[in-house]
Amino acid sequence: MKEGQIRIPSGCAISGLIDKSGKRMSGEAVLRSISVMHDRSNGLGGGFAAYGIYPEYKDFYALHIFYDNSASKKSCEEFLEQHFDIINLSKIPTRKIKVITEEPLIWRYFVTPLPTKLGGSQLDEREFVAKCVFRVNTRIDGAYIFSSGKNMGVFKAVGYPEDIGRFYRLEEYEGYCFTAHGRYPTNTPGWWGGAHPFALLDYSVVHNGEISSYDANRRTIEMYGYKCTLQTDTEVITYIVDYLHRKKGLTFSETAAVIAAPFWQTIERMTPEKRETHEYLRNVFSAQLFTGPFSILVGFEGGLMALNDRLKLRSMVVGEKGDLVYIASEEAAIRIIEPNLSRVWSPMGGEPVIVRLNGDEV
Amino acid sequence: MNISARNLNFKQLNEQIKAATGDVFIDDCFGQRFIGNGFKGKTITIYGTPGNALGAYLDGANIIVQGNAQDAVGDTMNDGRIVIHGNAGDALGYAMRGGSIFVRGNAGYRTGIHMKQYKYKKPVIVVGGKVGSFLGEYLAGGLIVVLGMGIEVVPVGNFPGTGMHGGRIFIRTSKELTGLPAQVIEEIASDEDMSEILPFLSEFADLFGMNAEKLAKDQYYVLKPNTKNPYKQLYTAN
Repeated sequence: MKEGQIRIPSGCAISGLIDKSGKRMSGEAVLRSISVMHDRSNGLGGGFAAYGIYPEYKDFYALHIFYDNSASKKSCEEFLEQHFDIINLSKIPTRKIKVITEEPLIWRYFVTPLPTKLGGSQLDEREFVAKCVFRVNTRIDGAYIFSSGKNMGVFKAVGYPEDIGRFYRLEEYEGYCFTAHGRYPTNTPGWWGGAHPFALLDYSVVHNGEISSYDANRRTIEMYGYKCTLQTDTEVITYIVDYLHRKKGLTFSETAAVIAAPFWQTIERMTPEKRETHEYLRNVFSAQLFTGPFSILVGFEGGLMALNDRLKLRSMVVGEKGDLVYIASEEAAIRIIEPNLSRVWSPMGGEPVIVRLNGDEV
Repeated sequence: MNISARNLNFKQLNEQIKAATGDVFIDDCFGQRFIGNGFKGKTITIYGTPGNALGAYLDGANIIVQGNAQDAVGDTMNDGRIVIHGNAGDALGYAMRGGSIFVRGNAGYRTGIHMKQYKYKKPVIVVGGKVGSFLGEYLAGGLIVVLGMGIEVVPVGNFPGTGMHGGRIFIRTSKELTGLPAQVIEEIASDEDMSEILPFLSEFADLFGMNAEKLAKDQYYVLKPNTKNPYKQLYTAN
């Protein structure tokens, strides 16, 4: 049984950390953090996004792919060879963990679009890659690209996150930013592809909550060429973030003002300049507003954004120590890796926390 | 008795607390839930970060947190006292019906929502810093005091007292309190109003080493339910 075939009428845990200096750390820290929140998930999914882990291939798209069988692998590789120059390919290294079962074939490809194909498509490079990802995920049976960014990767599975981290040997990767998710699926049965993070290009999303506007948001985003295949709200969040930030060119704080827009009565009380901005965003992007509870971490190249729904129906705590910023569903999950924080706070509903590597422009 | 919570899950930890005789001191607490739920006669002191639903249904025990607490502290608490030396998370004292909670720092969203009182049972929450939105939403009884210490702006978020129909909310601020929902009447607290909170200001000051008289001298707003049928046509014509 896969995601998208059945809907069961949510709880979860999220955690993330970023070193603003760009210094790389092992995946061990985020693994310890998420494991503190074991009771928030139920063993039906977990995963990690890691940024800065492939410096030797940083100019190539890293495709992480699940295959049901070797036939789906063959079809997918044929497609990839037609569209990309494949620089390197390998199985993603895993270790046997008793409780992680029914694993698909898990492969990784470092690719760059073939210049002739890219030129002929008249698309910019990232759009070309995104289109190819959708093509594989919707047309090639048994193949699912779950990670497609540069110098980053998603690692996810069915199980508890601490087991999944060990399964993928997360401690062997070094990155400047990690996010993690422990899943408690409420609407779908829990399949490897349906675990978080969801990712497209370098955007990744981990989410705790349940978007009640899911279907309205899904219909909206599908009008712009995105294909939602999994019936999960987090998939839609990922595509809407990609649409607003990459395609429409909104900043991350504008993106946050769209998806967690303030109430009209709150906007009315703003200063005229601020009010004008928020009125504009709410009017133009009304269909991209998420209602219902959520706390999300959006990873992207060079940074991390944390955001709560405007009513703050899910918990989220931020801690700082030196160049490190920690964000988690529970403070205990931060304290376990850094007991001596210089600052700890809970952002307000709808108030994004955007962290970038030092020197990166907003 | 001392208990190290390191490597204990919430069930093991709570069993050890229950089995302990006399006062309990918990060290290395990292997010274990449900500590002290429904407990009557014990004093539990926690070092670290206790997990969600600390002291839920508390029925007379004392809980002291030497640090920050997470969400849903004192959920549906009936009696006893919870003292938090740091901050508290969201939904502090949700549906409390008795006892008291004192937080030195800040508290999150939905502090004291759905609190109620009956005869001698009157729940009390005192927060030293600021609170998030929806403070005392649907308040039916009891007392909430927000002291706003060290906070430059109004120390409560949006929509305090929405749907309130009983109880009192006191907010210490020199700023003007605006934008309150129609179900609330806000006034500068009179001496008579203040007499209701003075004992709790003293208790707060004693707990955290502050000066109650000095705190009591400042301007407080008191939020009371609007008795002029504010719910008329809120949902339906009646």
